[in-house]
Amino acid sequence: MSTKKQRIVIIGATSLIAEHCARLWVMQASSDMILVGRDSARMEQIATDLKVRSPGSQIKCMQADFIAADKITELVASIKNEGAVDIVLIAHGSLPDQQKCQQDLLLCQDTLLINGLSPVLFAEAFATSMQKANRGTLAIIGSVAGDRGRKSNYIYGSAKGLVSRYVQGMQHRFANTRVKIVLIKPGPTDTPMTSHLKQQGAKLASAEEVALHIVNGISKGALTIYAPPIWKLIMMIVRHIPAFLFNRLNI
Amino acid sequence: MVAVSSWGRLNRLEHDVIAIADRRLASQQICQSHPGIAHGMGRSYGDVCLNPGGILWKSTGLDRLIQFDEQTGRLVCEAGVLLRDIQRLMVPRGWMLAVTPGTQLVTVGGAIANDVHGKNHHVHGSFGNHLLQLTLLRTDGEIIECGPLHHANWFAATVGGLGLTGFILTAEIQLRRVAGPWLESETIPYANLEEFFTLADDSETGFEHTVSWIDCLSGGRGLFMRANHSSHQQLFTNKPSKWRIPLVPPVSLINKYNLAPFNSTYYHLKKSHTGRSIVHYEPFMYPLDNVQDWNRLYGPGGFYQYQSVVPREAGMDATRAMLQEISRSGEGSFLAVLKTFGEIVSAGMLSFPRPGVTLALDFPNNGENTLRLFERLDKIVGEAGGRIYAAKDARMPRSLFVSGYPRLAEFMPLRDPGISSAMSRRLIGS
Repeated sequence: MSTKKQRIVIIGATSLIAEHCARLWVMQASSDMILVGRDSARMEQIATDLKVRSPGSQIKCMQADFIAADKITELVASIKNEGAVDIVLIAHGSLPDQQKCQQDLLLCQDTLLINGLSPVLFAEAFATSMQKANRGTLAIIGSVAGDRGRKSNYIYGSAKGLVSRYVQGMQHRFANTRVKIVLIKPGPTDTPMTSHLKQQGAKLASAEEVALHIVNGISKGALTIYAPPIWKLIMMIVRHIPAFLFNRLNI
Repeated sequence: MVAVSSWGRLNRLEHDVIAIADRRLASQQICQSHPGIAHGMGRSYGDVCLNPGGILWKSTGLDRLIQFDEQTGRLVCEAGVLLRDIQRLMVPRGWMLAVTPGTQLVTVGGAIANDVHGKNHHVHGSFGNHLLQLTLLRTDGEIIECGPLHHANWFAATVGGLGLTGFILTAEIQLRRVAGPWLESETIPYANLEEFFTLADDSETGFEHTVSWIDCLSGGRGLFMRANHSSHQQLFTNKPSKWRIPLVPPVSLINKYNLAPFNSTYYHLKKSHTGRSIVHYEPFMYPLDNVQDWNRLYGPGGFYQYQSVVPREAGMDATRAMLQEISRSGEGSFLAVLKTFGEIVSAGMLSFPRPGVTLALDFPNNGENTLRLFERLDKIVGEAGGRIYAAKDARMPRSLFVSGYPRLAEFMPLRDPGISSAMSRRLIGS
């Protein structure tokens, strides 16, 4: 058992945080890894990189549709058919400009779909087989933005909030099993998704640092991972500010 | 726009930063956004990596490895990969970069563009001597693959080319074999420059790494360190102590009042603990990498580094004259390095390393006083037929650049007209 390679599936594998998690995993031990994403050329670059870092690992790329439930079912079934999965990391997301979301209902819809509905569908598709196997970790990247709605990003935040509530329910469902459901809440991270925040002068954590917290948190069996951990404290305060005060803040 | 500093923190000016993170898209991004200059970790000290008010192509997202041959040690990677990541990945597999500078927190692209050198110059030359090939993206979209044997002029212009010939996309690097991460090192005190040169000459044949710390106020005493790679098996683990300078102090913590006692204490403390020891390559080669943000120590004004090389014949006199000027001025800092370069010919037209002796010192930015001292040092370097290291420079006069880099005329036609940096405008006018 101990010599068997970990089987790791990464949904949204071209996200920078996911890529750094993948690097850490394959460098810890040779893995049998499946990268799932939309941009297959980009995934090939990542897979090649991972192979150089860990020649003993197997890296497979799969192109996927992120919204259609039937396609997701099909994709996940094909992964499950090849064997049980040890870790699933659901990492995709997109952070559009809030103002644009308010003006463009189509963008609003896409944002809710890709950040809220899509991760839930993927997680649900993996859940039953993990239940049967009674093992594995299902980790979903949410966001600190899901902890409390605020005017500067509540469309994105509400989709991430949906993920939070979903994970809460899943953790309840799997409470007495050996399956772990993990919610990861990164603070603002320096990725292509947040480059506009950086232009506004925001201080961002590096994707590498965030990934290290995620990989370590998962191996320690944490259920909620704030990355970096300081966000646990910050969000505890933010969640407890009374509404009459909070609504006067310009955040 | 984002405020960006280089390592010397002499200024903090607005730049339009464009992240280059996918080598397929780089061409489109760069063709649409010039003039700019490539910027990796921003570890060069002066203005070689800056373009205030203009565009920076931030390359650290281009950090994928492409190919590695375990048999031959040839590594192909993107230009934004950090030297640290190559070292940490490859040392356990028995390979290592042949040449690294005093920090491993730099990108491959930056190491090429500045043709960096290390403590083993007399054995391995500089970074460019270990490049097999590189891919250069010109701002008109042309992609040039070049190496020492094909398109050799593009290669020679790009190695040490200060980022001015194009945006480096990928590189193929020849690694060297190592038995493991350990070095057998030896520290020997020297009392004056004569002793330094004797030690340096005696050590060249028997030791791969040689470097020395010099007390810039005492006229030539210092500590000579030399080391060889060792086949020692894991004796203990390297647990780097992680320090961080948490804020910028209101004044430089390194100044004329504490420098002399500090240097003296350090010299005598180390002098009583000389001898041989086994050390991990990280603390030996990159001692300051464990102190995050150490450049903040110099306070809000930032600091200069002055690194020169002068030919060996003039080395003793020129070094002595420079140390006298520095000592008289009361400027200077604890971080002072004296080292001899070997005979290996650098690969680049504008490469810094040449046979001779190199002196590198940090100076807190004390405005006019510091700049006037540099003018006096320039004169010594110029008269000795030496040159200043552009990667460290923020102020050398154009005349010294022109006299120090005789292949400049050969380089100029190969520049990319869509690339401009604060340094290129300062030293070559555009």
